[in-house]
Amino acid sequence: MKILVCISHVPDTTSKINFADNDTKFDTNGVNFVINPNDEFGLTRAMWFKEKQGASVHVVNVGGPETEPTLRKALAIGADEAIRIDTPATDGYSVALQLADVAQQGGYDLIIGGRESIDYNGGMVPGMLAKMIGANFVNTCISLEIEGSSATAIREIDGGKETLQTTLPLVIGGQKGLVEESDLRIPNMRGIMQARSKPLHVKQGVEQSPRSQATTFEKPAPRGAVKLVDNVDQLIDLLHNEAKVI
Amino acid sequence: MSVLVYTESENGSFKKTAFEVVSYAKAIATELGTTLTAVSINASNTSQLGVYGADKVLEITNDSLANFDSQAYADAISQAATSQDATVVVLSQTANAKFMAPLVAVNLEAGYVSNVVALPKSITPFKIKHSVYTNKAFSLTQINTPVKIIGLGKNAYGLHETSAAAVSEAFSPTLQQSNTKVISVDKATDKVTIADAEVVVSAGRGLKGPENWGMIEEMATILGAATACSKPVSDMGWRSHGEHVGQTGKPVAATLYIAIGISGAIQHLAGINSSKIKVVINTDPEAPFFKAADYGIVGDAFEIVPQLNEKLKAFKAQNA
Ligand SMILES: Cc1cc2nc3c(=O)[nH]c(=O)nc-3n(C[C@H](O)[C@H](O)[C@H](O)COP(=O)(O)OP(=O)(O)OC[C@H]3O[C@@H](n4cnc5c(N)ncnc54)[C@H](O)[C@@H]3O)c2cc1C
Repeated sequence: MKILVCISHVPDTTSKINFADNDTKFDTNGVNFVINPNDEFGLTRAMWFKEKQGASVHVVNVGGPETEPTLRKALAIGADEAIRIDTPATDGYSVALQLADVAQQGGYDLIIGGRESIDYNGGMVPGMLAKMIGANFVNTCISLEIEGSSATAIREIDGGKETLQTTLPLVIGGQKGLVEESDLRIPNMRGIMQARSKPLHVKQGVEQSPRSQATTFEKPAPRGAVKLVDNVDQLIDLLHNEAKVI
Repeated sequence: MSVLVYTESENGSFKKTAFEVVSYAKAIATELGTTLTAVSINASNTSQLGVYGADKVLEITNDSLANFDSQAYADAISQAATSQDATVVVLSQTANAKFMAPLVAVNLEAGYVSNVVALPKSITPFKIKHSVYTNKAFSLTQINTPVKIIGLGKNAYGLHETSAAAVSEAFSPTLQQSNTKVISVDKATDKVTIADAEVVVSAGRGLKGPENWGMIEEMATILGAATACSKPVSDMGWRSHGEHVGQTGKPVAATLYIAIGISGAIQHLAGINSSKIKVVINTDPEAPFFKAADYGIVGDAFEIVPQLNEKLKAFKAQNA
């Protein structure tokens, strides 16, 4: 089985979000970039398929050279090869289009993406990619088993979960549940050393024009101070008469 | 030219978000000087959609769509959009809508923007505001394609009544054999879901152990609320993963979010920021949640919550 894991390079969850150039660009000053958490759950599940079912695992990212440390980290966790598509990640559609090209050329059986990236939150790349290459698609996937060419996936639905039976080739939008938090791997010294000599291919992107682009960013208006109350009667009164939410 | 909106239903009845997306789509149709067509799948009572402004309803009735199937639903909605020459397609952000939206976008060669929080800022060029960085910022994004798909965030626009004809018409899409089968659905039918809830009662590690959740469930029952929790609580198995809210869990866009024994870490707050009113109950006055909340009580949950439950019960009995 050949697996491709799509890795988004995102600011870590504690990052202060600021914008530069008249609020037209994300300010990367002092920001630490990591593997998108949803993708990390997927990558860790891919390691399970590698170790238990002999799968080969490639990772791919669409972005400039600054994303290579994130790909190296994925190699250190255990991926066999990395691909960087050397073009800026503008909108979800163009990222999906670039990935579709790699996916088709590589003949992957399973492509693992994340439910959403924690920066743009578009939630669209895996679905678009699946549709472009004619693969089956399961979003918000929290469990995945593969046997031969058939797959059993559990997806989160509003208020519960649903078990699906489908076939390869398959694209998933993964999240926590694919593996548990405690299964996530911190690369060890040996992994980091090996990662240095694993292949990291840089590919040119395909020509395309973005379907959408961010023009400006803004931050939410600062909020008023909390109203502290010292008894529950007062709280109920405020919620009823002032906030009008009960 | 027209505007098309997909109105989601469950067991034949429309979800509240269906009325919200119709209200929103009507405002866009008015702005564009065109009509609003809703498309429904196996829903009854479609004339209700007129109350929020649907001029026409394309009713799809098809047994093979009894279970949600992303490919089939996406194809059905795309065909409905094409039949109406729709230039704007509006969807909600339920789990199913988010699942199929990217497929519809590829079908219609459309630009898609998710987590939209307001009406378009301008029509030419088409610019729209949506939340990014997990509610820590907004982006004004321009869509360049002739057809635009908008995923409207829950409670971002609200319900607006306008009354229109809602003339219904049967619509029969051409569907392909699906490769994906639903084997089983595991869903508590007696509980309010976080996605649908107006009120969410959430608790964290401050509750010390799963045995203490009785008072949280009781409050949820009194308020008709959904229960939720912080990430460590689900990681430790005190509550199911489905209740984990925050940046790596579920987003909460409720009108009231009550946080009990939750410190208010940045990753937790990111997920609940788009809720309207936030209440915090925490022993530590320095807990970061107090900076993000509207109302707070500094105190021990094990004292405050039982008192609050008693008073809320009395309040509900009086205001029923
Ligand atoms: C990559 C990443 C992603 C993450 N994603 C999420 C996410 O999506 N959601 C999320 O929730 N977290 C997330 N976290 C974890 C987050 O950083 C915090 O660790 C977590 O939110 C803390 O949970 P908590 O508030 O329940 O526990 P704690 O931080 O331990 O807080 C417990 C609180 O309870 C209070 N308390 C104690 N006893 C009582 C009492 N008797 N009565 C009242 N109050 C009491 C304490 O004062 C304290 O403030 C993430 C972390 C990382 C690194």
